[in-house]
Amino acid sequence: MIYWNSFADFLHMGGYGFYVWGSFGVTALIMAVEPILVARNRKTTIARLKRQLRAESRTPTE
Amino acid sequence: MKDRFNLYRFASPATFYPLAGTLIPYFAAIAVLFGIAGLYLGMLVAPTDFQQGEGYRIIFIHVPASWMSMFIYLVMAFWAAIGLAFNTRLSGMMAQALAPTGALMAFLSLWTGALWGKPMWGTWWVWDARLTSELILLFLYIGYMALTAAIDDPRRADKAGGLLLLVGVVNIPIIYFSVKWWNTLHQGSSVNLTKSSMATTMLYGMLLMAMCFWMYSIAVALMRVRTIMLERERNADWVKAELAGDVQ
Repeated sequence: MIYWNSFADFLHMGGYGFYVWGSFGVTALIMAVEPILVARNRKTTIARLKRQLRAESRTPTE
Repeated sequence: MKDRFNLYRFASPATFYPLAGTLIPYFAAIAVLFGIAGLYLGMLVAPTDFQQGEGYRIIFIHVPASWMSMFIYLVMAFWAAIGLAFNTRLSGMMAQALAPTGALMAFLSLWTGALWGKPMWGTWWVWDARLTSELILLFLYIGYMALTAAIDDPRRADKAGGLLLLVGVVNIPIIYFSVKWWNTLHQGSSVNLTKSSMATTMLYGMLLMAMCFWMYSIAVALMRVRTIMLERERNADWVKAELAGDVQ
């Protein structure tokens, strides 16, 4: 039971399209970008820690 | 009873790290499923609102984001209390991992609230009790992140940040009860445990979206906490073994 008669109706949101899609759009954007940023940060952190680990193993400590 | 299941084992980063890694895809998948179901009910099936027309559909993200912004703060305050009381390592990392997601939820609550307020009240913003206390919540998140980032020693950063979290927790009941305690422009709660003022499809759509936001937050926070663990425990043997292997 779809409430809408047409896709244009759905986009129009009874005249509230700007407000409804402005809300959903920004939310979708944030929920798409946040995991990407977290994953990228993870990659760079792991690369840095690996570099540090290699550097430590090259310089012998007592 | 030496093989008794021991929950405290998971308080150790070395055991929690792989567990979190296993759980992330499940939480992400469940978030997507709840999101699809919630959007289907809320955006396609639910009828219009007799007062607010289609503009009310902002509720399907506004309420879940607002709930999560408050709930994540409570979870962070819980971890802060545990960390201060028992000096556990993991608790500070958990609070640290949750903060950015909590701040984003508070921002989304304010953003969608502004976009809802404009057509319904005629203004993007009022210095109303509910709106102002939610803005303070956003500032508490930002303050916590700034404070902990400014202190080099992570354990001391956790302690200072934890104190801030515990003091700031007073703001949560203020947000929650603001619509009862003061005369505000913001409407009262649409949902409570005994009765709800919403149509059934609207209510289920909103609850499904709340579950989606909840699972999303858990997945992202677990992703973040794993990186924090590697960083902070980099001198531990398990991290060195992890880094020596083919770490993802």
